Amino acid sequence: MMDSSVKIINEWDIVAARQLGRNVAKELGFGIVDQARITTAISELARNIYLYAGQGEIIIEKVENGAKKGMTIISRDAGPGISDLRKVMEDGFSTSGGLGAGLPGVKRLMDEFSIESTLGEGTLIQSVKWLR
Amino acid sequence: MNFRDTMLDNYKEILKTYISDQTEQALYLSEKFSRKLLECKVSPEEMISLHKTSIMELEPDLPESLLLSLDILLEVMMAYGLAYREHQSLRTIQRELINEIEVAASMQQTLLGTQIPHLSSLDIGAISVPAKQMSGDYYHFVSHENGAISVAIADIIGKGIPAALCMSMIKYSMDSMPDDSQAPGDVLERLNRVVEQNVDPTMFITMFSGLYHPENHTFHYSSAGHEPGFFYNSEKGIFEELKAKGLLLGVDKKAKYNEYERKVEVGDVILLMSDGVTECRTEDGFLEVDTLIGYIEKYIQLGAQDIADKVYKELEYLQDFQLRDDFTLIILKRIA
Repeated sequence: MMDSSVKIINEWDIVAARQLGRNVAKELGFGIVDQARITTAISELARNIYLYAGQGEIIIEKVENGAKKGMTIISRDAGPGISDLRKVMEDGFSTSGGLGAGLPGVKRLMDEFSIESTLGEGTLIQSVKWLR
Repeated sequence: MNFRDTMLDNYKEILKTYISDQTEQALYLSEKFSRKLLECKVSPEEMISLHKTSIMELEPDLPESLLLSLDILLEVMMAYGLAYREHQSLRTIQRELINEIEVAASMQQTLLGTQIPHLSSLDIGAISVPAKQMSGDYYHFVSHENGAISVAIADIIGKGIPAALCMSMIKYSMDSMPDDSQAPGDVLERLNRVVEQNVDPTMFITMFSGLYHPENHTFHYSSAGHEPGFFYNSEKGIFEELKAKGLLLGVDKKAKYNEYERKVEVGDVILLMSDGVTECRTEDGFLEVDTLIGYIEKYIQLGAQDIADKVYKELEYLQDFQLRDDFTLIILKRIA
């Protein structure tokens, strides 16, 4: 399986991560609506790294599960971590401050979503979009 | 067949009609179509993609630049799509909250429910209407073994759920009060200690406590900073304030409450109320005491419950049916 990743250090890296995600999504045969959803999710994750963790990476992987094909977006950083996961997964928590879709948005845009975070160590988010 | 399966064809048809002749009919159809989109939870980005597909099929010779512009439109609409999905989930949460509050409100009605006692010499009426779903007003009657009747009316400074929670505490302290402690001043002193110990210092409660003795027709009362009641002297046809001094509950645990006494003759009426009655606001400002007394006087010859109901109706009308504060009015009328 092909994996590739983009290090997120400055804002332009968000664009590079989106580009990588879009290429993979196109290759897999996602339609334009799903392409837009996937890249929006990537933007959100990459922007979180850029704004809150300082640095980290976005990893894009193709996945297969029996007959199903899809792609995984992994966001990994060694930032401060999130103290209250329930809070950040609450609707209206990040959006009310004008910060964009927030993690609940990412969860809605993708088919699967999981998050692990340890204070002082960092955050790992994995999300999958399946091809329909 | 569901809407999603046919929406491309439906939309193409609408587009085609409008492109050939720009009728209002086609515009109306698109309005109906957009309602259907919302009903079926179709997001803005899907709609733009649908539009692009439709127009490419209908007009194959469109300039590339126009089609490319739709990609930008789609990307721009992504945030709206997310806001739309968030709105939907918040609406679900809101519905759940409303249901929960409704359950709590009906539970409050059951918890705080009180029986109006029946006495041959005293006609009693009461009405209590919350401004929001949960009430911060409370009234309570107790029939004692010696035949006397205790009446209490309380108002939490504050409204809504916090006030309602606080009310439950008052109710249970009153229920657990021994039958021999009937004197209104004692009742207030005991409750004051409970409130002082258990309630947040920013929350205050005003309360009026009264005791009616049917054998000698005297009314004893004390007040903890509560709205003064009125006494209707039927012989003279005048209203007097039931003045009583006393500190709000929960301020000072050593507070003492003086007791006052009033002889009640046949036809006399005691009116107890919360500040939702006296501070009823209209376009011209607060209700004048004389105006309020005017309304009460108009109905003073009726039965106790009718007086309460009619006065409430008048004040409700006066405020354009928008209660700003919880409203409680208790009427005790000596009829024999």
